[in-house]
Amino acid sequence: MSDVKALVAGHGAFAEGLLSAVEQITGRSDRFLGVTNRGLSARDVELRLREVVDSSGATVIFTDLPAGSCTIAARRLQRERPALVVVTGVNLATLLDFTFQDGEADAAAVERAAEKGRAALVVTGGVRGA
Amino acid sequence: MALELYRIDDRLIHGQVVVGWGQPLDLRFIVLVDDEVAGSDWEQELYRMGVPPDMDVYFDSVDDAAANLERYQGESRRGLLLTGDITTMTRLVDATGAIDRVNLGGIHHRPGRTQRLRYVFLTPDEEQALRDLAAKGLEVTAQDVPAARPMPLGELLDGTGG
Repeated sequence: MSDVKALVAGHGAFAEGLLSAVEQITGRSDRFLGVTNRGLSARDVELRLREVVDSSGATVIFTDLPAGSCTIAARRLQRERPALVVVTGVNLATLLDFTFQDGEADAAAVERAAEKGRAALVVTGGVRGA
Repeated sequence: MALELYRIDDRLIHGQVVVGWGQPLDLRFIVLVDDEVAGSDWEQELYRMGVPPDMDVYFDSVDDAAANLERYQGESRRGLLLTGDITTMTRLVDATGAIDRVNLGGIHHRPGRTQRLRYVFLTPDEEQALRDLAAKGLEVTAQDVPAARPMPLGELLDGTGG
């Protein structure tokens, strides 16, 4: 049985970069597979996601941008597979929390991880203009 | 002119369009011209979900877009018109005679197409269709993002830059 529970999909080397950070911090990047949309048509992004979801058994797809082609493709897959969870705007804090959740990758667990990600976005310092 | 860009991109609404062009050009509306999407509430909801609330999206068939084009061009806000393929853009150009330039933003690999750029692959028929647009006086260039140099069609097709 594969350890993969989720895909990380995005532009350029977004997934590769995030997963290298997860690996450095936790050693558990084996819970994820990365997908890039680089050079792919919308149809090919969808085919690629479908292929990786089906071969890995992943139940969650994390994507970078709400408008990104990976997000659009993930939502198309969701239409066929309502149990699939899609999270847009993923960041490292979200993935780290998800990595350490031992239970099933259900929607509630993903929501908790997303909350960690939101909380990690903090602005400090700088000078505010008038 | 309120329509800043007439773009052919097989991904339709996606990151490069909404963020890559949308932010620097301060785009406030997108006209998505596609007969299939115009006939599907589900498809429209899918694309609308990715667009920020301060950006409007109008889903038009080719016929509706032709009828509405003058109004879009007269908008005080800046907008972008998008088709998923060359055929759809050509139909709109022919129906209106009011489009003077076309941006090739993403036409990706498919059997029968030859690579011209990292993000432009064309069949011989598609190349001819683009030459026909240029022959009608349209400025046809390839440019994926605003920071890239717009490449003229002649340079794209035969490397002469002409």
